Amino acid sequence: MNAPARIRTTAAVELLAIREQFPTLAQTVHGKPLVYLDNAATSQKPWCVINAIAAYYEHDNSNVHRGVHALSQRATAACETVRDKVRDFVNAAESAEILFTSGATEAINLVASSYGAHAVGSGDEIIISTLEHHSNIVPWQLLCERSGAVLRVIPISDAGDLDLDAYRDLLTERTRLVAVGHVSNALGTVNPIREIIDLAHNNGIPVLIDGAQAIPHMPVDVQALDCDFYTFSGHKMYGPTGVGVLYGKRRLLDAMPPYQGGGDMISSVRFEGTTYNELPYKFEAGTPNIAGIVGLGTAVDFVQAHLPKLVPLEATLMEYAESALSAIDDVTIVGAPQRRVGALSFLIGNVHPHDIGTVVDLQGIAIRVGHHCAQPLMERLGLVSTARASFGIYNTTADIDRLAAAIPEVMRIFG
Amino acid sequence: MFDLTELYQEVILDHNKSPRNFGPMTPPPTHQAEGYNPLCGDRFTVYVRLNGEVIEEIRFEGHGCAISKASASMMTEALQGMDREQAGSLFAEIHDMLTGKRQLDALDTDKLDKLVVLSGVCEFPVRVKCATLAWHAVHNALKAQGPATTE
Repeated sequence: MNAPARIRTTAAVELLAIREQFPTLAQTVHGKPLVYLDNAATSQKPWCVINAIAAYYEHDNSNVHRGVHALSQRATAACETVRDKVRDFVNAAESAEILFTSGATEAINLVASSYGAHAVGSGDEIIISTLEHHSNIVPWQLLCERSGAVLRVIPISDAGDLDLDAYRDLLTERTRLVAVGHVSNALGTVNPIREIIDLAHNNGIPVLIDGAQAIPHMPVDVQALDCDFYTFSGHKMYGPTGVGVLYGKRRLLDAMPPYQGGGDMISSVRFEGTTYNELPYKFEAGTPNIAGIVGLGTAVDFVQAHLPKLVPLEATLMEYAESALSAIDDVTIVGAPQRRVGALSFLIGNVHPHDIGTVVDLQGIAIRVGHHCAQPLMERLGLVSTARASFGIYNTTADIDRLAAAIPEVMRIFG
Repeated sequence: MFDLTELYQEVILDHNKSPRNFGPMTPPPTHQAEGYNPLCGDRFTVYVRLNGEVIEEIRFEGHGCAISKASASMMTEALQGMDREQAGSLFAEIHDMLTGKRQLDALDTDKLDKLVVLSGVCEFPVRVKCATLAWHAVHNALKAQGPATTE
């Protein structure tokens, strides 16, 4: 056996071992073994994450930051350990720059609300892009309504790449923030965020990166990127739902007012006035999703352990998917970005994606159909919806083969 | 076990490919309403021209999946010539059939007639809204309400 073949075999064995760690995958749907290709919506959870959450509730359940008893101290320590883990995971300068939220959506809303109140006024401008998920559009629209600021949108090419020349022209002395996704949830476009950040910084403008679709697929170093805010969700990176992270530079977070009021975020409360707690607690009002944070910590361990091998495997899988689907006559792949990760949108003839979704579901294949919460992008592409296959650590070329094999059935019915 | 041929019956596929009474209405309608499903972006406008209480003409246009388009197309054929009260009573039957509230044996299948082919939809909960979209729109049009949404 030659060396490359052996490497491939080893990788295949390891992949199988990874797959076995996900109990949801070991089931049949409509009588067929499940093929799960909806990872951009949410990933499945490995046993280690499920067990960590169960173990927390079984042994340590308590409230954080206020009990002197043993369980409370354990729960507090568990949360703070995860904060340190996440700091290491995204290479933040300090753990106080890692804020726990309910997800990427809340993280973006926190910045829109708090940074917005602090730094955005009438006539100011916020830049987003055509590729954004609704969660990185609507919070800024709400901010614009409140403040009288104006939303500017970076256009895209037909291939689905951001138009950086147009972006340069959008940066003005009125721009207060640039908020763009790291990876498009609908097309999989990997945006050149380093360049986007540098161009903004040349004009003294901070940048928020919505990393929800990037964090499960690639290493992220917030200091190397020099982004000012970075947001992501736990549930798209094999962790639980209801927990996410906002990374923010201390300089910006210190200057921002609290987002919500409540317990934990205060240092002292008197009816005459309240002094706020220090970072990160200033932005964490109320009892957090402690079990979720614990699960997130285990998911971080899981991703960190597998990421080096995952990146080339997923690149190979994406290449395989692109060529397998585009080889089918009736299939059109939506967009052709310079670099694509995680998600692949496609159309089959004139068949409505909703009908595609139902037909392949009955083959045991889970894909997403619809506008992917990116209606402005769909409008730009002249579409109402697409079918989307999105990949995770456990997906194999056999999964792609199953999807490709289901497409003739779609054409048989609707062709 | 779900059977695709229960959902996508030949009649449905035919109405999807060649929708009847599809396109704008001239002379203009007396009533119209839009049906929109924010889940998938499906959007139809239903036009009705009433002569007294009778539906003299009914048409629709817009875009949607096979189920929503076929249901809309079959609806226009069924409602043509009915009066408002008959249309309301058919709406109640079809609504109960599509949502699975009543089984076929508890429904007035004579009244439903050809629309019975849509009964497989109730086995696919996420597709029920597709099938009811145009019906909600016409229901609103006849009650002269605003746009219909199935959310």
